[in-house]
Amino acid sequence: MSARVGVVTFPGSLDDRDAARAVRLAGGEPVGLWHDDAALGQVDAVFLPGGFSYGDALRCGAIARFSQVMDTVKAAAAQGMPVLGVCNGFQVLCESHLLPGALVRNAHLRYRNRPARLRVETSRTAWTRLYEPGAEVVFPAKHGEGRYVADEAVLDRLEEEGRVVFRYLDNPNGSMRDIAGVTNEAGNVVGLMPHPEHAVDELTGPSNDGLGIVASVLAHLTGAADTSGVSR
Amino acid sequence: MARVVVDVMLKSEILDPQGEAVLGALPRLGVNDVSSVRIGKRVEIEFDENAQNVEEQSRVIADQLLANPVIENFSVTVERSPIEGA
Repeated sequence: MSARVGVVTFPGSLDDRDAARAVRLAGGEPVGLWHDDAALGQVDAVFLPGGFSYGDALRCGAIARFSQVMDTVKAAAAQGMPVLGVCNGFQVLCESHLLPGALVRNAHLRYRNRPARLRVETSRTAWTRLYEPGAEVVFPAKHGEGRYVADEAVLDRLEEEGRVVFRYLDNPNGSMRDIAGVTNEAGNVVGLMPHPEHAVDELTGPSNDGLGIVASVLAHLTGAADTSGVSR
Repeated sequence: MARVVVDVMLKSEILDPQGEAVLGALPRLGVNDVSSVRIGKRVEIEFDENAQNVEEQSRVIADQLLANPVIENFSVTVERSPIEGA
């Protein structure tokens, strides 16, 4: 039985279908979740997709944080359930305090829409365990508010604890320390701005590097990677 | 009726590219003696007639929703309505 990955649709989500497709292509079973669902059903992991939840009113992700589904996601994340936030999903995770820092307007004020080269900095998360640390991947980036900021002490701690998960090779937005994605202390919650779910086949994306994200969480859920996946 | 104004500003250490863009446009207006422009938000809240603890509630609203303490500071100003003050 394949693992069930819940994909949340907020009002204004755009990438929920691509996220579900990525889950399917990587061998998981996508399960649609709605923003006012009070229960996660029988999902094993949650994917918060990109888009403009609640029209990005006030700040990106600020309103979604108060949605019914996020109460449940927060509780599940605290119990160790893998949660991934991509783009607006990353913004929601930061606004919900599941991840440190914040995502603010790109330094050059322009919307950035092009493939981003990233380095996977750690395989010690539920969502990256099948990647070789230091591996380079290409995921499409498309955002106007993707500049990662946090105070210096927080950034230092993230670096020391190995919680910077993805770093830009060509920083597209002015993110501090080229950070494209981070994880929580336990490694089950990961957020990143570029879109792995748009990089799942060569026909429609710049690479299929994104398949490893869902494959990693599937391996994490079955424990398979403990013996076969992560090569060091 | 109490009217509350919440001002939200990016912290000084956070780059404000909007402010920078405005600063960059000022010379084209002929203004050359401005050294910094920072842009924030002003939020006006009107409470019901009988609302209690208006300032306290406003602080909760500002801290939990209107501002993101990671990147922003806020200030809360309670304005009494003219009738009440008369």
